[in-house]
Amino acid sequence: MKPIIRIDPRNSESRYISYVVGFVLSILTTLAAYLIVVKHLWPMQTLVYIVLGVAVVQLVVQLVFFLHIGRGSKWKFITFLFAILVVLIIVVGSIWIMNNLNYNMIHMSPDQMQLYMHQNEGI
Amino acid sequence: MTQLAEETPTQEKKTLGFWIYLMTDCVLFAALFATFAVLRGSTFGGPSGHDIFDLQFVLIETMILLTSSFTAGLAILGAGRGFKKQTLFWLVITFLLGAAFLTLELSEFSKLAAEGNGWTHSAFLSSYFTLVGTHGLHIAIGLLWLFVMIFRLWRFKFKKTDINRLALFGLFWHFLDVIWIFIFSIVYLIGGMA
Repeated sequence: MKPIIRIDPRNSESRYISYVVGFVLSILTTLAAYLIVVKHLWPMQTLVYIVLGVAVVQLVVQLVFFLHIGRGSKWKFITFLFAILVVLIIVVGSIWIMNNLNYNMIHMSPDQMQLYMHQNEGI
Repeated sequence: MTQLAEETPTQEKKTLGFWIYLMTDCVLFAALFATFAVLRGSTFGGPSGHDIFDLQFVLIETMILLTSSFTAGLAILGAGRGFKKQTLFWLVITFLLGAAFLTLELSEFSKLAAEGNGWTHSAFLSSYFTLVGTHGLHIAIGLLWLFVMIFRLWRFKFKKTDINRLALFGLFWHFLDVIWIFIFSIVYLIGGMA
């Protein structure tokens, strides 16, 4: 079939390579995160941060190679940054507030609660 | 070629509008992720993530979704070159991989429900089913969209609007892949730790 729109073949080639590189990097980061957790390479608290770090690396890989952020209109990038800001406020804020509220759920006497708050929060 | 298509102002506006929709979807998922993170330990005496998650099974799901994202990209490139058969081939592969992913996810859900660990059991399970289920619902809608596009391409002539639509579908599908990466990392890998 005859191509309906003529394009620059070099450009198309580079887009093809971009997808392949993105795919390979995504597979590698997924496997890395999986193996790190399954093999218990680090203590658990460290593992949480490492897995989150690897996820962010893969986010960047997919944004660059699959979603082609930065190419195209600048509004795409600006709305993306705004969304990230809202997402961080929602997630970090919720975890922060709810962890603090958990003090109220612990069945302690007011004296014990005071002591607990004093030791853990410095209040 | 999607890049050429993007140069026309109308298509650029449509792409931006669709992108903004995706960003609002991002906020929806953020709320569900926050809920899950907060309720992760509230198992009400029931199983925790460590007891019920099969990481190997989830890894296979992840690989299937990743590959489908890649084949969707190949379909868009094929469409950009104007190769109809190539585009159709990769779209059908994407559809099959997406359907396989959804089937695996539903089988996991029904297995959990059959074991008595349904969404009514604990706050942890409610948040888990809501988050992963919402992603699954997006995948199902994506599959419907994909089916309509495959039908159109197979039945009618290849038009420039088809290429534009494909580009938007590509954004949607890659976006769902990105969300799944966070579900894989946060829900299954971190949530599955003892």
